[in-house]
Amino acid sequence: MKHGRTRFITLFLAAPLVLYGVFVLYPYVQGVIISFTDWSGYSRDREFIGFANYIELAGDDRFWAALSHNAMFLLVLPPVTLGIALVFAALTSVAGGKGGRVGPIAGSGWYRAIYFFPNILPIVMSLVLWQFVFNPRIGLLNGFLEAVGLGAWAHAWLGDPNTAPWAVLSVLVWGQIGFYYVLFSASIQGIPREYFEAAQLDGVGRFRMFFTITLPMMLQTVQVAWIYIGMFALDMFVTVAILTPDGGPSGSTDVIATYMQRLAFSGGRFGYSATIGVVLTVLTLLFAFITFRVTRRERVEY
Amino acid sequence: MTAPIMTRPEAPSQGASSPASAPAPVAALPRKRRTNPYSWLTESLGKGVAHVFLIAWAVIALFPILWGVFSSLKANDEIFASPWAMPEVLQWDNYVRAWNEADIGRYFWNTIVVVGGSLIVTMVLGAMVAYVLARFQFRLNRPIFYLFMVGMMFPIFLAIVPLFFVVNDLGLLGTHLGLILVLSAYGLPFTVFFLVGFFATLPESVAEAALLDGCGHAETFFRIMLPMAKPGLVSVGIFNFLNLWNNYLIPLVLNPDPEKYVLSQGLASLAITQGYAADYGALFAGLVIAMLPVLAAYLAFHRQLQGGISLGALK
Repeated sequence: MKHGRTRFITLFLAAPLVLYGVFVLYPYVQGVIISFTDWSGYSRDREFIGFANYIELAGDDRFWAALSHNAMFLLVLPPVTLGIALVFAALTSVAGGKGGRVGPIAGSGWYRAIYFFPNILPIVMSLVLWQFVFNPRIGLLNGFLEAVGLGAWAHAWLGDPNTAPWAVLSVLVWGQIGFYYVLFSASIQGIPREYFEAAQLDGVGRFRMFFTITLPMMLQTVQVAWIYIGMFALDMFVTVAILTPDGGPSGSTDVIATYMQRLAFSGGRFGYSATIGVVLTVLTLLFAFITFRVTRRERVEY
Repeated sequence: MTAPIMTRPEAPSQGASSPASAPAPVAALPRKRRTNPYSWLTESLGKGVAHVFLIAWAVIALFPILWGVFSSLKANDEIFASPWAMPEVLQWDNYVRAWNEADIGRYFWNTIVVVGGSLIVTMVLGAMVAYVLARFQFRLNRPIFYLFMVGMMFPIFLAIVPLFFVVNDLGLLGTHLGLILVLSAYGLPFTVFFLVGFFATLPESVAEAALLDGCGHAETFFRIMLPMAKPGLVSVGIFNFLNLWNNYLIPLVLNPDPEKYVLSQGLASLAITQGYAADYGALFAGLVIAMLPVLAAYLAFHRQLQGGISLGALK
């Protein structure tokens, strides 16, 4: 049994670890080191300048504006998306059933397949489509408003600093709900049916059942979902970069990731950009840590 | 499992001790679920309302896609003049132009090479790591596991700038091999995380029997354990496929040569250039072409995929 064990382990781990080390771990470590330099990226010259980048960052208005947009998305996106997904999951999983029994609603398989659809679309594709929905000249949204006599509301949705963030947000909600819907549905189905049946015996309505049984039993899943979507709200690179290139009108949709990418690859400020990367990492870890601490409670075993 | 009392609601249950039933009526009356005689009405009304909401969201979820498909079959001026109308004559040559002139065909093959290559490398290496970590106790087991988890927690933006130079220094910038290696490396954490849990659940006895029969460790892995892990491999494989097909940031940074663009890059640049060239029909056709493989994969595997979500997230 022991024969060749060490050799086997080494053999199996060597290639993956080299690949992972070279392309993932090493760049992460370098990212931290570069953040303390004035590197422009165009030559090999770089000077260590201590915390100068971090000090500059503290007084950088564009950074703070971008951060505030991330914060806005972080506050709005999770409750809206998870809330809607939770309602849909509850509706399809426990709102149906024959003869007053709690069960999945008719057609729940169809709903699940359709709701997940936006998640599988190539993201660039769905974003280009949404760009057309919001397009001021040929856009569907304006066309719809005109058709129902609200032509006065027609608008350059992505071109106006007042509406651009909300347009981006609605696309995000549209694209994210499906995943969390499927996640929550699976979680609800994992709850033993006896709980619902016992509650029904006691005459508990479905609405109360949701808050007293379903939600407490799936709190762990909601917590995981909150961390996923929170990390997503701290990223958002693709969505913002394609819907509103260059940070949107007056920088109204600029987020940390897009600001950082511009600084590095068009601005030639790799050192400073890496500093923003470090700050983003710290914020992400802090967010996950706080979420775990705040939501930690006795785990419901079943 | 199910206690009989649960399945027979008519039986006087322990629930009857609720304070509401204070006068304690003669227990002979079968206790109905709700005392409200119209409960069937409110119930079906509630279901109706639920369906209205659910169908509304189904329409919203599908709408941009259906609109894209219709537009891909319209003439250019139709797209402008009547965005809501059905195509008058189906313009199939939009697809021909997209494939040939707008280079979607080339982007498509580039994507096949990159996604296919990365998928194979990620799956093979990820399964090897996961198998070793799940089934062998050795001193570095936990440290290596956590090392891989780091890649899931840290935002890729911290790594992207140095990554550009690593790939450049290795002479792999703008090559498909470079993209394949990088995408595989970033696919490893999720693959390992998912498959460690999966391998750990497989029965120990089978592997032991194989070893006793004279199989080597490697042979046991490839001939016994890998086939047994097929459901897990399929789930994680579909996830990786969708992620790879979707990836935008890594190609954007590491793949600057338009000849070698993958679909996500090609579509993004097409969306910009078509704004000037005004061949929206071809753009929409390109979008639909890019969607077809993932649609096919989804229709074939959506059960495994949705099962995989719960498996991966819930433990």
